[in-house]
Amino acid sequence: MADTIGIWVAALLTLFIFSFLYKDNPLYKMAEHLFIGVSAGYWVSYLYQNVFKPNLYNPLFHQGKLLLIIPLILGLMMVMRLFPKIGWISRWSIAFIVGITSGYYLITYLQTNAVDQVRASLLNFSQINNIILVVGVLSGLIYFFFSAEHRGVLGGTAKLGIWFLMVAFGASFGYTVMARISLLIGRMQFLLGDWLGLLH
Amino acid sequence: MGFFRGMLNLDRRIIFILIAGAVVVPLFIPFHLKMHPTPASQGLYNAVEKLPEGSTVIISGEYDPGTAPEIQPMMIGALKHCFRKGIKVILMGLWPQGPALEGQALQEVFKEKEFKEMNLQYGKDYVNLGYKAGGAVVIQSMGTSIPATFPTDMAGTPIEKLPLMKGIRNFNDITFVLDFSAGDPGTPAWVMFAHDRFHVPMAAGCTAVSAPMLYPYLQTKQLSGLLGGLKGAADYEWLTKSSGTGIRYMPSQSIAHLVIVIFIIIGNIAFFVVRKGEKR
Repeated sequence: MADTIGIWVAALLTLFIFSFLYKDNPLYKMAEHLFIGVSAGYWVSYLYQNVFKPNLYNPLFHQGKLLLIIPLILGLMMVMRLFPKIGWISRWSIAFIVGITSGYYLITYLQTNAVDQVRASLLNFSQINNIILVVGVLSGLIYFFFSAEHRGVLGGTAKLGIWFLMVAFGASFGYTVMARISLLIGRMQFLLGDWLGLLH
Repeated sequence: MGFFRGMLNLDRRIIFILIAGAVVVPLFIPFHLKMHPTPASQGLYNAVEKLPEGSTVIISGEYDPGTAPEIQPMMIGALKHCFRKGIKVILMGLWPQGPALEGQALQEVFKEKEFKEMNLQYGKDYVNLGYKAGGAVVIQSMGTSIPATFPTDMAGTPIEKLPLMKGIRNFNDITFVLDFSAGDPGTPAWVMFAHDRFHVPMAAGCTAVSAPMLYPYLQTKQLSGLLGGLKGAADYEWLTKSSGTGIRYMPSQSIAHLVIVIFIIIGNIAFFVVRKGEKR
């Protein structure tokens, strides 16, 4: 019974959202507001149960891990953002997070996303694909080199870079279309199969 | 000229109806398309295929119901592939809803007679460690100690009571990582920490939107393979000779793409014809 009610609610809300494709209307607005409200409530309760309690509350107050007072204080300082007069206090927590994250990621991120990529791009010229890759990388980089006027050889290479960028954007667009159509198929399967029982 | 001008001013709702039709009709009149798996999909399949029986694989789920139509078929395919090969599976997730969807994927797998008859046991053949907040920090922490990072499984059972987890200390005891991700934290974090720092071989599956961002990891061999979107899922089902929603949805996907391509071509022709007419 609960499943049936759930399916009906989900199906009607899906149709309310789809109704925007015709034009904006109160049913769409209702579904949109409901989604935002339910999401906010869901995430607050989920994060309390699965993040705050197991990572801070239980270890600090039930297991006596006193070192966790530091993140508790930093967390409380972050909440100060809600009070305009003392909102500046939250900057300390933000600074802490930014500092830790930068230090944590800097070397690994550079190694994984820059050094390894450059190495793989430049070393192997045995295949035509690698040559195209290197030409694409260099011409793309030259397009973003703004310290000299794009004329002559530099201008031609930058123009080639634009072509490579356009191909990359086209590939991204194609993948985005594929993703959106997949989600539409998922919804249609739900409406026609799970809700109406027309698909087997 | 009138036709082309009309195409340029076409009511977008007509396009919506045609796309809906292109998606719905193949669901009612299913037909099979021959699959041609991409080298990236083949790479993931080959990597799992090469794993010896008894290996331990981490399968991490970073997705939610919104992206499940694309990722869930990959997850189901991976579970089937691993179970067929006698691989031990450790499920987990860096997104809160990931492990719950992994649980649903397991239920789907065990509905099939082949896997029901295998009599696979929770705790011995597979475990679900659940969600852990922290993204990349969790992976880094697992590199030091998995039991310290996940003291209990998803149901709250201490992991020392799970036979599969005995002897699992850190990534040195993990043969392979499969990450199914719809965003951040996800595959880039696994590549940075599990692969690059702790040298665990890995492959990934992702939503089509994020596939172009992850392709560079293939040419550097940081990823052994990559399943991109529903096409990747269908490839994997084809390669593992399984039936699933990936292959079932492909006709709808292909027809919808065809309609979009036709509209793009007509739109471009109409644009140039109308512009030429206006110049005259």
